[in-house]
Amino acid sequence: MPSPRYTREIPSRYRLEAARCNGCEGVVFPPRRICPDCRGTEFDPVNLSRKGRVVTSTVIHVPPADFLMEAPYAMAVIETPEGARLMTQVVDCDPSSVVPGTEVSLEFRLIRREDHGGILCYGHKAVPAT
Amino acid sequence: MRQVAIVGAGMTRFGELWGSSLREMFVEAASGTLDDAGADHLDSIYVGCMSGGQFVGQEHLGPLMADYLGMAGVPATHVESACASGGVALRMAFMEVASGMCDLALAAGVEKMTDGADVTNVLATAADQELEVYYGVTFPGLYAMIARAHMEEHGTSEEDLAWVSVKNHRHGALNEKAQFRREITLEQVMSSSMVSEPLRLLHCSPVSDGAAAALLCPLDQAKKYTDRPVEILGSGLATDSLALAQRANPADLGAVRKSADRAYHMAGLEPGDIDVAEVHDCFSISEICCLEALGFAEQGKGGSAARDGRTAIGGDIPVNTSGGLKSKGHPVGATGIAQAIEIFRQLRGEAGERQVDAARIGLTQNMGGSGASSVVHIFKGV
Amino acid sequence: MAGIVGYGAYIPRKRIKTEEIARQWGKDPEAIRRGLLLEEKSVPGFDEDTITISVAASRAALDRAGTSASDLGAVYIGSESHPYAVKPSGTVVAEALGAGPDVHIADFEFACKAGTEAMFVALGLVESGRVEYALAVGADTSQGAPNDALEFSASAGGAAFIFGDRDLLVDVVDTYNYTSDTADFWRREGEFYPRHGGRFTGEPAYFKHVLGASRGILEKTGLTASDFRYAVFHMPNGKFPLSAGKQLGFTEEQLKTGWVVPTMGNTYSGSSPTGLAAIFDEAEAGDLILLTSFGSGAGSDSFVLKATERLPEARDLAPTVRSMLDGPHEYVSYGEYAMFREKIIVND
Repeated sequence: MPSPRYTREIPSRYRLEAARCNGCEGVVFPPRRICPDCRGTEFDPVNLSRKGRVVTSTVIHVPPADFLMEAPYAMAVIETPEGARLMTQVVDCDPSSVVPGTEVSLEFRLIRREDHGGILCYGHKAVPAT
Repeated sequence: MRQVAIVGAGMTRFGELWGSSLREMFVEAASGTLDDAGADHLDSIYVGCMSGGQFVGQEHLGPLMADYLGMAGVPATHVESACASGGVALRMAFMEVASGMCDLALAAGVEKMTDGADVTNVLATAADQELEVYYGVTFPGLYAMIARAHMEEHGTSEEDLAWVSVKNHRHGALNEKAQFRREITLEQVMSSSMVSEPLRLLHCSPVSDGAAAALLCPLDQAKKYTDRPVEILGSGLATDSLALAQRANPADLGAVRKSADRAYHMAGLEPGDIDVAEVHDCFSISEICCLEALGFAEQGKGGSAARDGRTAIGGDIPVNTSGGLKSKGHPVGATGIAQAIEIFRQLRGEAGERQVDAARIGLTQNMGGSGASSVVHIFKGV
Repeated sequence: MAGIVGYGAYIPRKRIKTEEIARQWGKDPEAIRRGLLLEEKSVPGFDEDTITISVAASRAALDRAGTSASDLGAVYIGSESHPYAVKPSGTVVAEALGAGPDVHIADFEFACKAGTEAMFVALGLVESGRVEYALAVGADTSQGAPNDALEFSASAGGAAFIFGDRDLLVDVVDTYNYTSDTADFWRREGEFYPRHGGRFTGEPAYFKHVLGASRGILEKTGLTASDFRYAVFHMPNGKFPLSAGKQLGFTEEQLKTGWVVPTMGNTYSGSSPTGLAAIFDEAEAGDLILLTSFGSGAGSDSFVLKATERLPEARDLAPTVRSMLDGPHEYVSYGEYAMFREKIIVND
């Protein structure tokens, strides 16, 4: 992944920076210019809390080439207390234990290593809460 | 707006076509279509293709295909909407003819997937790069999450998914153009290797090469080309967020519902009026969800349709008599046109062993990504 | 006077048992356990590295300090396994925490004492008044060569300390450094595994510097072992720190809280810092603590620290070291361990 693209994504990937729409109170993650629900254009910044609940999930057995060594791994759509949703891996657990409703915390992890000596790309993954 | 008809069709076989290139497949399907209709010119060409660029390094497909068809000079446009590229190409051709801007348009679709590209990565470009692919999700992974949400909410089972594959293979076994012309059993599906839980290998459509084309003209000129034109009564296109996480309910394909409503409205028809349908079964779960969104099954009840025989030839709403994407194959850009061709044949009584009795009104539904785009067309045999 | 206003630690959840590594190489696990006093060690996942460990430990430190990351004037990461050869770990950590852009960032390296190095510099910076708060982290995902003694101990984890000059959880009473050029353990550029001098790593390296620094600080402060409640030394295995402690006159009671190596392994730059965090999880107001690190090459940093009455209140604001050591974890096989530690060759 080229550095300019990666650098632009740092606020949302590293700090879970999101935006709350002044019009409909919906939380957009990552932030956008136009609210997808009400088309509003006025937002307040909000950082997502580092926890959530699994909405739906799967366990990927046939991974993309970049993730070869990690398979099988669980992936899930996760909803945070602010009402934002994101998709990420669920790790440090038996993948089959991840089901809709599982409570998780979000931890800072290395997401991918670019090929041919490229950059390291970080973000958040989910870990089942204990 | 003028009334528009399909007056000719042609397609390659779908499968691993090692001997055919992207442009060769296009020419085979397109020239077959022109011969079928006895047409010697075109006013406009639409080429549906998800990613000539990433599969074989080739963009700029409009002029390339026009030239190879011997039609250099003719207006030609590449249309892309991931796996709905073909269906949207059909819609573009329909709109150009309906509007009066041209009298003879070719709607074609083509995809060359087996030339060595990393198919998983290319298909993943239909998903959200920043929010989904970055974290390691695959196409089957997204549909697996949709499946799990549907199973969680409605009690759909893995066997319900498997029955869709079994039914579609039973149909595909009768289709000489299909990639897999053999039946499979429930046990074979349920014991095939896991791709992304709960989807197994035999719940997933294959990687395929192929091309398909259809010729459109105003209904009142159709006689020049065929005695049995098929009129396009309605066309509906809708979009939804690419990222599955951004949709209100992962199990509910809103774009499919909206595209269907728009097509039904334009045609002045309802789900109960449809005699035969081609529905986008990239994964077994998608046929189930689409049946619900198209109004062929109640919300949550799509899972039992294949098991109960409702969607088989002879059932009350035969779906994917061609074999669907699962058995016929899924050269991505070609699929939407191939669906239209199956309905074209059904409504002309030319479907042979797959013929649905007295089929008069047909429907196609073609979907892109994990449901971010959907296009529905409704047809009537004239 | 400056000291520590916040602390935190992170230990990855995967473990591998000494028996499993011994089984791979046909060694007698009992002999290893007896000889090195090691039961199991932490293993980083494929998605964990010095940066992710540092972020987790630092977030915990910020929670305990009650300060905002934007107050940090300096972020220092000490490690032997910085993810990049050229490009700092500190910048990723700082951005993840929300520090800066007006922040000083530097990566430190000195084998296993890079963490206490960062702490020494952070302390000095705050004492000078140049910054208000400075974060120092010691973290590693250290690598042991296959079928080498170090493979039983090299593990992953780390601890973070925020230095400030008021509302201290722990006072820094004094410091002492003891350094010489001693090539007991090294890694040349481009090599995948470090190399070491076998028995030369013992008396002329570890013990010379650990005892040298510890005796130095005891003399400087006029304190003796019996004045302390706790002592923690760098833990390359279970035996060395106990031996060093004993030679200095410390009892097992004083050593046992910081002695986390039997179930954690040697987290290199995170080793004595994590032991220190474990002590902070227990210490009461007025308790004196001795910390002496050791980094091959070689050198030791000693600190005499004193817990304040604020420490017990801050303790539960983040996970304790014991809760991470004893909490949920999964055991991996040698094959999985080799995969996580990138010992399995794949094409680029």
